[in-house]
Amino acid sequence: MAGILKAVANPKLSLNLFTPEEVQRIHQATLEVIETVGVRFPSRRAQEIWAAHGAHVDAKTGIVKAPAHLIEAALKQAPAMYTLAARDATQDLPLDGKHVWVGTDGCGVEIIDLYSGERRRSRLQDVEEIARVADALEQVAFHWVALSAQDKPAHTRGLHEIAAVWRNSTKHVQTESIYNESEAKAAVEMATVLVGSREALRQRPVLSLMQCTAPPLGHDAGSLDAALIGAQAGLPVGFMTMSACLTTGPATLAGNLVVGNAEVISATALIQLAYPGAPVFYAAAQTASDLRTGAYTGGGPEDFLFGAAGGVLADFYNIPISMGSFATGAKEPNWQAGLENTFSTFMASIVVSDMLLGVGFLHGSRIWSYEQMLMDCEIYEIVRRVLAGIEVNSETLALQAIREVGPGGNFLKHKHTRAHMREIFVPEYLDRRPYNVWEEKKDGPRDWARQKARHLLETHQPDPLDPAIVREFERIIAAQER
Amino acid sequence: MSQDLFDAMRQSIIDGDPEQAAALVQQAIAQGLDPLVALNQGFVPGVNYVGEQFAQGEMFLPELVVAGEAMKAAVAVLEPEFAKRGTERQILGKVVIGTIEGDIHEIGKTLVATMLSASGFQVYDLGVDVPVMTFVEKAREVNADIIAISALLTTTMVRQKDVIEALQDSNVSAKVMVGGAPVTQGWAQEIGAHGYSEDAVGAVAVAKRLMGLA
Repeated sequence: MAGILKAVANPKLSLNLFTPEEVQRIHQATLEVIETVGVRFPSRRAQEIWAAHGAHVDAKTGIVKAPAHLIEAALKQAPAMYTLAARDATQDLPLDGKHVWVGTDGCGVEIIDLYSGERRRSRLQDVEEIARVADALEQVAFHWVALSAQDKPAHTRGLHEIAAVWRNSTKHVQTESIYNESEAKAAVEMATVLVGSREALRQRPVLSLMQCTAPPLGHDAGSLDAALIGAQAGLPVGFMTMSACLTTGPATLAGNLVVGNAEVISATALIQLAYPGAPVFYAAAQTASDLRTGAYTGGGPEDFLFGAAGGVLADFYNIPISMGSFATGAKEPNWQAGLENTFSTFMASIVVSDMLLGVGFLHGSRIWSYEQMLMDCEIYEIVRRVLAGIEVNSETLALQAIREVGPGGNFLKHKHTRAHMREIFVPEYLDRRPYNVWEEKKDGPRDWARQKARHLLETHQPDPLDPAIVREFERIIAAQER
Repeated sequence: MSQDLFDAMRQSIIDGDPEQAAALVQQAIAQGLDPLVALNQGFVPGVNYVGEQFAQGEMFLPELVVAGEAMKAAVAVLEPEFAKRGTERQILGKVVIGTIEGDIHEIGKTLVATMLSASGFQVYDLGVDVPVMTFVEKAREVNADIIAISALLTTTMVRQKDVIEALQDSNVSAKVMVGGAPVTQGWAQEIGAHGYSEDAVGAVAVAKRLMGLA
């Protein structure tokens, strides 16, 4: 088991991204879009719920136009805070607006093999191994399914994946790769087995569901149906917009926020209309598409600003947020990866995004790298310490020590130094060695991160899952596979 | 006289103005201009200019897309004129394109369709959530050279392979190119696709290569 999970907690630093009036304008523009332009809900069940509450549903296009008062009243039903439960209750994650918890990113399709260094397609074993390494890391508080288990059948893959994570870690699982009704039902069944009963699951949701929207202004039918199944069981559910300037959203940042916000809050309202009071969260990973290729960028100033903007909007709606940060577009762990992941994580953390996704990816969340994973953990550790700010009190002002050392002395021997030195950051992946030492070895942070990952993978033993539960998982998946 | 008209046609593509492009075709027809000459001396230079500017980093994707839309508008008005005169514009090849069954992600696919169309391919866009056999049947119907299949989900990506198998079973010999966020060169090779590109501009180069043109 890992030690105590490390969170950004009550950061001293803060950011003024928007005035209250500006947030209100974004909100009003969003309501206008939902009411007059509409959002596509291609699920029959979702359309029935909207219609029953008086929204206008176009049966042919699936476009729902809902009045502002309906959206606002529904959102007010959502709980402001709740706890994500973990297999190990000491690793439960309060989403209380005071903590930032980091997960592994997902859901990629390739991996840089930890031993051969070759890039290859992902498989179930990778999901298991990443979960095991993540279980050992104090900065990783919960899991997304990092990689797609492409060696498993498409219609049960999501179930194999969550079973693999639970077998290898005691931390909370938030899956982003279950997006149809039948798989969601089976996932609820599995989570129920893990905690004992449906009622226990409501009290201790060891699983949460993250669904992607289909920007601009749309949703996927399977995602909506899966989220409704999750919400019915009391699992926290969230909708993530990845609307991107130029392609799936307007070129302007505020306009892109309106498009993404309309998707997220309309779906969140739907959940509240169906199951008032169900735990929900906001989710966003917005960016600007690359001007030359149209590709998802995973970095750049627009991306960093969106990283903070989502948190401000989620606070406005008074619900937790799962925010995409890290996710560099770099092809290998390098300058670009360090720059992008530091900035995006800083901006998302300073607004206290409750859940942060996530460590470990290259090339815009497609290629897993264990080296990047561990270096991302270090980025997070640095951000965490920066956000804590500078504590000013009589002990930290150190007047007594200054007096005793006086002009021209040094503080190395003073007991005040020994009392506080372990508060100073010790990097694992920054090269501070003498030049000649580096010159002899020519190694660096990537090598050290790789060695650490291999060490964790080879030595870390997660608390095993009860074999009876594992058998139940297998039975549920087998039934689904038939 | 004609040169002014050609310049205006070229400019309508650069400006990405479909209405203007269509209106200029009407004007050319009224003046009795050969539609093939209008295409090749008026509009194609516009597409070439935009392509060059894009390659040099002076123009960006949105400008490329609207230029493609303008070209499409011009061709739509020109096509009946070709038919009347029994001529044909030269096309690089016929492409059937769509997003695979179970997947509603549209933007990348549409972008590729626009780029291909602007580059001189005849494109049949089947939209999203397209069943495997619809690809096969459309390819047979239009005698397609290339089938382009998009997928954004790892779970729908597997059906790209089904299309390739169905083509073989149906003895349809079109080449297959695949794309979409989770799709990789490795996956393309594994399922026996003939081409793969990560972005829309690259997709044009792949399609040309599949036609033996590059």
